[in-house]
Amino acid sequence: MDFTLNDEQLMFAETARSLFADSCTPDHWRKMMEAGSAFDSTRWAQIVETGLTLVLLPESAGGIGLGETDFALIAQEAGYVALPEPLVESAGVAAPMLAALAPEHPLLADPNAVLAIAHPANPYVLGADQASAILLERNGEAFLATPDQVTLTAEASIDPFRRLFKVEWDPAKATALGQADWDLALDRAALFNAAMGLGLAQRSVDMAVAYASERQQFGKPIGSYQAVKHHLASAQVAIEFAKPVVAAAAAEISARDVQARARVSHAKLVALEAADKASRASIQVHGAMGYSWEVDVHLFHKRALALAQTWGTPAFHRGRIATRIFTQPMGPDSTFSRETHHA
Amino acid sequence: MDLTYTPEQQAFRAEVRAWLDAHVPAEPLEHFDATRAGFEAHRDWERTLKSGDWGMVTWPKEYGGRGLDLIQWLIFEEEYYRSGAPGRVNQNGIFLLGPTLIEFGTHEQKQRFLPPMASGEEIWAQAWSEPQAGSDLAGVRSTCVRDGDDYILSGHKIWSSRAVFADWAFGLFRTPGSERHKGLSLIFFPLNAPGVTVNAIKKINGHVGFAEIFLEDVRVPAFNRLGDEGQGWHICMATAGFERGLMLRSPARYQVAAAKLAELWQARKDQSDPALEADVVRAHMNADAYALNIYQTASRLMAGAKIGPEASTNKIFWSELDIHLMQTALAILGPDAELTHEAPDAPEVDWIDDYIFALAGPIYAGSNEIQRNIIAERMLGLPR
Repeated sequence: MDFTLNDEQLMFAETARSLFADSCTPDHWRKMMEAGSAFDSTRWAQIVETGLTLVLLPESAGGIGLGETDFALIAQEAGYVALPEPLVESAGVAAPMLAALAPEHPLLADPNAVLAIAHPANPYVLGADQASAILLERNGEAFLATPDQVTLTAEASIDPFRRLFKVEWDPAKATALGQADWDLALDRAALFNAAMGLGLAQRSVDMAVAYASERQQFGKPIGSYQAVKHHLASAQVAIEFAKPVVAAAAAEISARDVQARARVSHAKLVALEAADKASRASIQVHGAMGYSWEVDVHLFHKRALALAQTWGTPAFHRGRIATRIFTQPMGPDSTFSRETHHA
Repeated sequence: MDLTYTPEQQAFRAEVRAWLDAHVPAEPLEHFDATRAGFEAHRDWERTLKSGDWGMVTWPKEYGGRGLDLIQWLIFEEEYYRSGAPGRVNQNGIFLLGPTLIEFGTHEQKQRFLPPMASGEEIWAQAWSEPQAGSDLAGVRSTCVRDGDDYILSGHKIWSSRAVFADWAFGLFRTPGSERHKGLSLIFFPLNAPGVTVNAIKKINGHVGFAEIFLEDVRVPAFNRLGDEGQGWHICMATAGFERGLMLRSPARYQVAAAKLAELWQARKDQSDPALEADVVRAHMNADAYALNIYQTASRLMAGAKIGPEASTNKIFWSELDIHLMQTALAILGPDAELTHEAPDAPEVDWIDDYIFALAGPIYAGSNEIQRNIIAERMLGLPR
């Protein structure tokens, strides 16, 4: 039993943190929003160059062959900067699925390839227009098509960096890849969205702390008032009790049993609740500034609300936890237990 | 990251389980705060525990412990709550003062106080608060005046848990003329010492769970001071860290309650509001998240980290999850919620009693408002 991260994991997270801190600042978002863009190819090239897109790919497919724990730490850093690019969908979900189906596929060897995934859990596909290819599902089978082989209908999102599309397609015009593990894709996406939620939440608190320490009313910084302090302390409590759930979900995801699924669902629920709570508290602490387009906190709140409802709604995830509770032995000796009674 | 138990840890769990199965009293004991008889029955249970060497498993062997690590402690606690064993009447001693003594005490002090603490021979009360020093604990007015090798203690303590029946108490005392955090010392005194008067205070459940203590020229040896004179505040904060961060409330306690809640829901869902299932699931999630957080903390401490202000997040989380869990049970029970264990149709589990107990959680060990201030100022760095 050891609930600590190793040095390699901490190093990868640090690499991602410093890359994003330099390349994904409020100035970058502003320029992208003005240009109506959701994809910065210079930044994506840096992400690729640093190896972040190779973390989850097996070595047989040219990857680094690390695990979900490593990628979740990167996703958390992506959340901290509200990264516009679909790093999770492409490198965390679609590319590992493609590698499992076709390890020799040329797209896996193309450093600049960005993959989108049309999962049955989601009605809309993120980043479908700019993807090199889209993974599609029919009766459990995976297909691959380029954006010009399908019909895309844009569905505008409140989050300016989430470009969503309804995808209509014909299996005859796509490449069949065989039966795929869509459940694993969902678990990975839910886990990494949870990790992004932790980042969104912490950034929201950090922005509010910075503002409340500077902004003066009644002759004192507003952060010295308990009403303000308690909003942010409560948000931090939510973050602190989502973190170990996300870490455990990442460590256990490969067990593929009812407990592992419940843990992933638990992580997704509480991390995105923490993101909702923290980003709303942050808007409130910023006052009227928090309701202005100019202050960045709204981006974090919008991302949080989008991620909470995609890759399984809260009701879906609550249901998976209920399945664990009502079909498995429960109690203090079962925190880390594995499936013994088939659900 | 490895979230599986080693074969040694599994064997340890089996050993704890077998011992508890053979020794836990079949009938629940009367509550230790209800009567002297209930208190003494719990002292007997502590003796039984010590006979199996289970008094305080994490302490060094030479002071009455087993020298086990924090993961083994968590396993012990899981099995302890799973078995339905009696509550630990000496929790102020073993979970709060004990770890602090191990960190700050001299060898002689550890030898003198830890073994009888681990065996229940000496049961401890805490004496932090005073009528004018509650949340603002640095405002304590009780004094300690040095007289040769002794201290003379005077003052008025209140809300002292277990003080009605306990043998010893520990509290903060001020060197006369000192102010606020400076000049405080942590000193132990026997509750039957000449000059000590203990008046019971009834809690909202009718039990005499706490007391006020009057000290009039109470003479104790200077040996009873933990740490240096004037170091009391620093030591007290370390104690509070153990209390809030790790030891006071085992996750196992809430995991047992969450499992019972799931059973209650299964039995009564046909007569209940279907929306309550979400709360049953939430109660489980909260208990599980708390357990994961504590396992993570234990791993960090074993790797050399120290408990910091994040301990305050724990205290808020467990106290709030406890109330939510109990409220969910009461909502499922409907009109049976208000029945006490004396009622012929009382529920099998005494949820109402557990609920009343849970109401104290956001108040004791530093109110949740104070915890939020600590998080805001010391974790987040907001201005005072």
